[in-house]
Amino acid sequence: MMARHSALLALAAIVALPDAPRAQDTIPPVERGVRIGITYTPGLRPGMLVLGGARAIRLDSVRALLQRDLAYSDRFEMITLPGADSLMIGVGGYGGDEDTTPPGAASGAPFVNYSLYAALGADYAVGVLPDPDTSSLSVMLYDVHGETVRHGIRMDLKSLGDPDFRMAAHRVADELVRTASGEPGFAASRLLFVRRGRLYRVDADGASLAPASPAGVSAFSPAWHPSATRLAYSELSNGWGKIVLVDLESGERSVVGPTTELLNISAAFSPDGRTLAFTRIGGEGSDVFSYNLARDCCLERLTVGRFSDNLSPAFSPDGRQITFVSNRAGGTQVYVMAADGTGQELFAPFDYGVTGNSAGPVWSPDGTRIAFHRDVAGSPQVFLMDARSRVVRQLTSAGRNEDPTWAPDGRHLAFISSRTGTRQVWVIDVETGRVRQLTTVGDTRLPAWSPLIPEPSEP
Amino acid sequence: MKLKFAMSLGIAIMVAAVACGGGPPEPPPAPEPDPDSIAREQARRDSIAREQAREDSVRRVQELEEQRIRREREEAAAREAAITAEVRSMVQAVINFDFDKSNIRPGVDTEVLEQKLSILQVNPALMIEITGHCDERGSDEYNMALGNRRALSARRWLTDRGIAENRITVRSMGEEQPVDPGHNEEAWAKNRRDAFAITAGGARLVKPAGM
Repeated sequence: MMARHSALLALAAIVALPDAPRAQDTIPPVERGVRIGITYTPGLRPGMLVLGGARAIRLDSVRALLQRDLAYSDRFEMITLPGADSLMIGVGGYGGDEDTTPPGAASGAPFVNYSLYAALGADYAVGVLPDPDTSSLSVMLYDVHGETVRHGIRMDLKSLGDPDFRMAAHRVADELVRTASGEPGFAASRLLFVRRGRLYRVDADGASLAPASPAGVSAFSPAWHPSATRLAYSELSNGWGKIVLVDLESGERSVVGPTTELLNISAAFSPDGRTLAFTRIGGEGSDVFSYNLARDCCLERLTVGRFSDNLSPAFSPDGRQITFVSNRAGGTQVYVMAADGTGQELFAPFDYGVTGNSAGPVWSPDGTRIAFHRDVAGSPQVFLMDARSRVVRQLTSAGRNEDPTWAPDGRHLAFISSRTGTRQVWVIDVETGRVRQLTTVGDTRLPAWSPLIPEPSEP
Repeated sequence: MKLKFAMSLGIAIMVAAVACGGGPPEPPPAPEPDPDSIAREQARRDSIAREQAREDSVRRVQELEEQRIRREREEAAAREAAITAEVRSMVQAVINFDFDKSNIRPGVDTEVLEQKLSILQVNPALMIEITGHCDERGSDEYNMALGNRRALSARRWLTDRGIAENRITVRSMGEEQPVDPGHNEEAWAKNRRDAFAITAGGARLVKPAGM
């Protein structure tokens, strides 16, 4: 007890010196917090400290989830302390114990040691506090330099077994990211991918892996509806493939009318969810078609291949354009057209005979960039193109890296990489190039990252 | 023995005499055997036997003939089945492709297609399906298009030479169904292929002349 108390005092003493000049700073503390979010630059990330506190399995689970989600957002310098020390860098939890209640802490109110957090390098601190009166908990975001509560989020304290428990914590993490950085998070999202002919889904933190299509059918090229409550994928059978729509809330399945014939793959929803673009492969070649889902009618052919293939459409976030790949000029390259099929032109520049084949273009959520993969010396690598300047840069180089898909934060991409010898889903922060492995099951293909998943509607 | 027989005969006569009471009735005279009728009977029997033998021999000949015909039919059916099987395997022979290419390579592949062309010509009811496959290297979605292009280019080769387009359907498996699961050039070369299957009219196939 005494040792812990004195260690705390020692840390508090260190705080005193760096604290002094900051006191002369004339910028109001809260504005300083805002400034950090808006003027974010890579390499200068704000420090983030997730505080310990009252021990309870559900509180600790929430803390662990938030800690990891905030780290995966790649927007903060996460401050971690070895083992037992982090228990002391807590908030609240001192109630009633006179010996350990720091002087000045109001009875019942959580004690927030801003000076200490600042000394540890934190710009923000996150506290998870039980609400004594209700079955919820409060997640507090503290602005360390402003010495103020920046944001408070009430979270219904679901039991650990509740299917939405993790997603609820992920939504809180995204709100913390949004408040602290001014940018969206992606914690409350999922990915679909194909493994050995079956569709699987996994949370953005790698948890809750589960099949998403029936066993015994061959699934291909999954896609998310913009609501994140529906998905589409192709079911292959003897060289043909139909596009199946699944409502995730009701479990209802339906086949997109005109796709019962020929091979129909690579479905892509328009941002308003009313139109489905896809690749239709058959006796007349491979071409991009669109179908009006809202009116269940009007199959339209957007490309006329004749002696070339046109495939893998993806809508721009404003719904006005579609990017796709075509081999009309020789090698397979990235093209763009209006959503009605007019104005088709080469999008990503290439040198004929030099630049490798390109495939799988996807528009970033903010519309400024296109990710795709391109063959480099016989291996696909993930590339990024600025939609305005059309400047292309290579993001990966180790092993095969293919089929990128954007996270809802517009800053991360998931892709399939063979860098460890097996095909796994990896995530890259396109700002810093930092990567992490999402799956460990192997043989994964064709990932599709969902938009942010809304709270389940009440039954 | 003699004595015993005589005794029992004597008793039998006595018993008979007592039972009948009066004198025994005159027995009807036994019919005199007619030598002619005996001969006729013998002749009749001989005739039946001869007829029987003749019928038997005719039946034997007929049976042998039936067996022969049956055997010949079986042999013909077997020959036909063998020819059908041989032709079917010619129809099903795969052709291969270069990496990321869908053009028919002159040489072995055009020879294989020439065979299919002749077979389709002499078997007008035959319908086939061509399924294009790829190796694992291209992107998954692109390979679906490439497999389709490979199937189309074999179909075009045949339709350019007079086969009706509606006799040939095309499919694509992309890289989904490798014949060799290996990750080397040998496996990839085998996996880049068009597979041919009979969809109708393949129960009895004729072999083109000169094959």
